[in-house]
Amino acid sequence: MAVKFVRPKIPKFAPDPWAIQFDDQGRLRHLLTIEGLGPEWITRILDTAEGFVSVTDREIKKVPLLRGRTVVNLFFEASTRTRTTFELAAKRLSADVLNLNLATSATKKGESLLDTLHNIEAMQADMFVVRHEQSGAAHFIARHVAPHVSVLNAGDGWHSHPTQALLDAFTVRRHKGDFTPLRIAIVGDIRHSRVARSQMHVFNSLNVGELRVIAPRTLLPTDVEKLGVRVFHDMREGLKDVDVIIMLRLQRERMESGLLPSEEEYYRLFGLTEEKLGWAKPDAIVMHPGPANRGVEIESSVADGPQSVILEQVSNGIGVRMAVMSLCMSASATGDA
Amino acid sequence: MRPAPDSQDPLNINREMPFGMTQTDRLLPVNTAIERLEAQVRASLQRGELDNPLVVGIHTGGVWVADVLHRALGCQDPLGRLNITFYRDDFNTLGLHPQVSPSELPVGVEDRDIILVDDVLFTGRTVRAAMNELFDYGRPRRIALAVLYQRNGRELPICADWIGQEPELGEDEQIHVDGPDPMTARIVTSKEAQES
Repeated sequence: MAVKFVRPKIPKFAPDPWAIQFDDQGRLRHLLTIEGLGPEWITRILDTAEGFVSVTDREIKKVPLLRGRTVVNLFFEASTRTRTTFELAAKRLSADVLNLNLATSATKKGESLLDTLHNIEAMQADMFVVRHEQSGAAHFIARHVAPHVSVLNAGDGWHSHPTQALLDAFTVRRHKGDFTPLRIAIVGDIRHSRVARSQMHVFNSLNVGELRVIAPRTLLPTDVEKLGVRVFHDMREGLKDVDVIIMLRLQRERMESGLLPSEEEYYRLFGLTEEKLGWAKPDAIVMHPGPANRGVEIESSVADGPQSVILEQVSNGIGVRMAVMSLCMSASATGDA
Repeated sequence: MRPAPDSQDPLNINREMPFGMTQTDRLLPVNTAIERLEAQVRASLQRGELDNPLVVGIHTGGVWVADVLHRALGCQDPLGRLNITFYRDDFNTLGLHPQVSPSELPVGVEDRDIILVDDVLFTGRTVRAAMNELFDYGRPRRIALAVLYQRNGRELPICADWIGQEPELGEDEQIHVDGPDPMTARIVTSKEAQES
């Protein structure tokens, strides 16, 4: 039996579903998705991150900005890189950090998401960093938290991973400067990737010259062109004259679900090898949100090669997350003043 | 640097004013203040009170003054710039300041004599934040403070070692320094001065 779709009620004060990200004075309070931020906020976050990245180069990599605040990492889904960089970002801002691995605890015992939430709120948390396997989980939490709490989306289902897209934009800007003349190609499993979706929003907001996706048909969402991208199914065509190549992780489950014949065939057609890298511009940079499957979507010598900025992305992620945290806390800190 | 008044707008009346502030006709002399400051620092250096000092300016007005001092004193090491945004103690009331240019200390501060430079010394909170930040880069041997204007209204036990001028201001008045070329300083009144 078909389930009837019920359009969710959107409150009057929120004309867009993403307007919840801002408080009534237009300050950023939650970061749930790239949509609705616009180029001004994206640029402001990247500029602020520039200041924080310089903190990371010093002897004492800490500033006292969020002293006395508590940041709670609410991870309902496993993650190493994202959780640790969020944790490090919060610690470098002098906040106290609580890591809750809920994939293995509360929800398994039957506690509802809201109950978990209110319990942690009772511990006087100021910010939730949320990762959940369901799209929209961070939105749901943002709608129900106390007024002084900020929510950052650290990845929800196939929907959004805004800080990853922001750190990618930051990395591209550091290497290439202006976005308008650039050709950027996102390669791989676009369909199941929240990272790809957020990247498309961020790069289109920043008015990138041309945004391409390269993938087999089975790994593309329907109507992907409507997201403002040029679609390619062939690496040689798709990588021609490209300045930035973003490889996506291929999850093994995709083979099991019959979307792809085999890892070997995928690697032969879409894996970024040294040969295929030669089809892009000679100064093209190679990015990957991690964790990379060597020999599945990327050749080891490319991942470790001179054009790869993969590890730099990880370091930049800390600065970008520090920027987002302090900007969001800034709104809740000052209240209605 | 010689701040030449704009012939079209000698009192800078058309310059953008911070919200809530009103223009008064009280301009402060910049050149004489800088000359006096420079002479004092130079005298201290000649007496050997500082050893090969590192000049560090506080964003943004302090960097302009520091730049003048740095060139006049002919220091060997490049000028340092501190952006104390991340060290301010008013995050809880004002949030993150939109100023973004990061701090730049091209030379290590470990065991060095440092001339910290700001345009105006008022409450002392900016200098406190700047010292905290300096210590996160290392342990300086000595920090001395040079300010173009030292005014009344201190809230912390901080005073400058060298002062360009010491104007006495009303509680509702602030010194607004503009620059870098030409550098101008004027006293503005603000009803919000006590709150901010």
